[in-house]
Amino acid sequence: MIFGFGGNSIRINLKTQDIQRIPLENRFAREWLGGRGFISKILYDEVPREADPLGPENKLIVTPGVLSGHLAPTGSKCCFGAISPLSNGHGDSTVGGHFGPELKFAGYDLLIIEEIADKPVYLFIEDDRVEIRDAAKYWGLGSIEAEKLFKEDLGEDFEIAIIGPAGENLVKFACVSHDYGRQAGRCGIGAVMGSKRVKAIAVRGTRSLPTYDVKGTLDFTSAIIKRTAVHPNMAPWQKYGTAMFVGWANEHGVYPTHNFQTTFFDRYAGIDGQPLVDKLLVSNKACFGCWMNCGKYSKVQLPGKPVVFVEGPEYETGALCGGNCGFDRIEDVAYNNWVCDNTGIDSMSGGGIVAFGMECYEKGLITREQLEGHELRWGNVDDFEHFVDMIIYRRGIGDWFADGVVTAASRIGQGAEHFAVQVKGQGMSGYDGRGAPAMLLSYMTADIGAHHNRAWTITMDEDLGKNVIRGKAKVVVYLQHIRPFFDTASCCRLFWGEVDVTAEEHIDAIRLVTGWSDYTLDEAMRLSDRIWNLNRAHYLERNGGPGRKFDYPNARFYEESIPTGPSKGSKLSLDDLNIMLDEYYEARGWGKNGNPSREVLADLDLHDVIANLDKIGMLAELTTPLPQVRGERYKPKAF
Amino acid sequence: MRIKVNAKACTGCRLCRQVCTMEKFGEVNPKKARLRIEAAFPEPGTYRPRVCTQCGACARACPSEAIIRDDRGVYHVDPERCTLCGACVEACPLGVMMRWEDGVPYKCDYCWRCTDTCNTGAITRVD
Repeated sequence: MIFGFGGNSIRINLKTQDIQRIPLENRFAREWLGGRGFISKILYDEVPREADPLGPENKLIVTPGVLSGHLAPTGSKCCFGAISPLSNGHGDSTVGGHFGPELKFAGYDLLIIEEIADKPVYLFIEDDRVEIRDAAKYWGLGSIEAEKLFKEDLGEDFEIAIIGPAGENLVKFACVSHDYGRQAGRCGIGAVMGSKRVKAIAVRGTRSLPTYDVKGTLDFTSAIIKRTAVHPNMAPWQKYGTAMFVGWANEHGVYPTHNFQTTFFDRYAGIDGQPLVDKLLVSNKACFGCWMNCGKYSKVQLPGKPVVFVEGPEYETGALCGGNCGFDRIEDVAYNNWVCDNTGIDSMSGGGIVAFGMECYEKGLITREQLEGHELRWGNVDDFEHFVDMIIYRRGIGDWFADGVVTAASRIGQGAEHFAVQVKGQGMSGYDGRGAPAMLLSYMTADIGAHHNRAWTITMDEDLGKNVIRGKAKVVVYLQHIRPFFDTASCCRLFWGEVDVTAEEHIDAIRLVTGWSDYTLDEAMRLSDRIWNLNRAHYLERNGGPGRKFDYPNARFYEESIPTGPSKGSKLSLDDLNIMLDEYYEARGWGKNGNPSREVLADLDLHDVIANLDKIGMLAELTTPLPQVRGERYKPKAF
Repeated sequence: MRIKVNAKACTGCRLCRQVCTMEKFGEVNPKKARLRIEAAFPEPGTYRPRVCTQCGACARACPSEAIIRDDRGVYHVDPERCTLCGACVEACPLGVMMRWEDGVPYKCDYCWRCTDTCNTGAITRVD
């Protein structure tokens, strides 16, 4: 028995229907910790470099990490991973709710799902029973309606991870949904699940989760609950959740508007947290064991549309399906949110790609005829819904968009690449980096493309100077150590970011549940560094190099200045981006070409990676000493 | 003395169930908890905590007088007298007379760990 963990992994071959249960090894568990760590290691070791992300050789990995299921701040998360069909590199995405803890209570820390089923299936897991079951009845249904049906059929206390029609149809930004509105949204993991013909994973666990010090954990976290419950940031988080940052992001000039044409949406007041709470809120909805309850559950009725219930809109959806698509009414944003959730597309990439389509339509690059007689106007719900329908069923030009914004731009041509907002194929999160250069650097260098959760820097950009380029890269490197750690441990980073639970306290929680009394934050940060370098090497091994050539956003971000709002006039040049990349690679201990160096990989004991990169001529050799501490510790202010 | 329920304030986090089993069983297994949360999703999208009100229906149903009321008004199961017939579980109007596998039924004894932990006001201690 390993304290802290469920204790088992399962390897499921969908083709042969072989199901192997393998005890988790203590050494592996401590070395990679779970979540993103397990995913990174297994993808690197097991998926052939030439494997198609939507083919049989890719693997779908599901893993709640060490803190998931425990009374810790807050052990609610589960990581879904695979080679991403968007980036063609390591992909992982984390979902809250109750699915990860349930897997742990069933005794599992890791599912490795291989090959492709002959017909639609779902995975049934109830403690020791693990079965591949027929899913014909559920295939084709929306995520929300199918989850309800699964619960009716199996029991209310089964937790369900599910894909919608978008995943079934291999839309490359399809998500995995859970608990009627939470998603492992990014990296197109839902498309990988769809490619394997797995509609859902249903799990129920009734076991006690082995815990080294139950009383110690109870006392420790109870004290944190008491302390943070009265933190001044707690009440607004509980009341509005992330939706309150629609206003904040506008006031700080970083809010994506009309496909990132500008960073200020003058009608934002209609889609901020307050109208959400006033007009739509049904209940506050929390993940497992969380006392911050940032989830807002909403009811929406638009004229001529069905009444729908949706969790959200959260900030990212409120940005990318809101002002970025020109919507100024919270009801419309919530309806768009439901459309994305039920069809099973990531509402971030989904909102981003619809906004891209809207700008194409505005510029006359796509026609009404190509839109089946419809239009694609800013702020029009019917147009939004129809276009999403074209995408998820791959009708007409919807097929181009279903393959992601890079493919869509390439098929449209006529310079559309300029405003196809992405890095490494992943659509950008809801912050524009021109008014916050370190945020842009964070997107440029993130292992999965333009996602904000690896390093969120807006308040740091403001502290160090909104238009300052130099000196920020080392802080981005630090944040890329600390923030992904929470995905590895599978707990929520908001308690660290917003109510002053320290990283050390999360380490204390790991010690209490595992009994690893000598586990330190340094060990965790070293793991973050290992994962980052492993993912970078993996990306290069799959896509060629040098690394630098993949680290640029579309040209809008270095050719256009911001035309309106608080960041009006802010502009970055290609030279600025290169200065930031130079500093970044140096802080990482990488070569000037953005490839990992022999020195840093040796320091991290990634000797197999050295050999692999050397073999393909992509190993950098440093001419300056390796920085022993990579990144500069920095505590960003809360919002 | 009772647990006051304000269902509208419940967020479905199940912290109450988590701390209940840690406190009462020394285990991390919220399915063994002595209270329940009913979830009604996707619509109407609400939660409802179900907690023991010490109504005594279990004691009245028990054929072997194994459920005894203490001077706080709290009912307890005497495992020595219990015949494992399950009548108390059947009789509980709120589904909070619990049984794990085929063991002795068990119930909330107002230790207040859950109410001390809940910070949304969904369940509160009233003396």
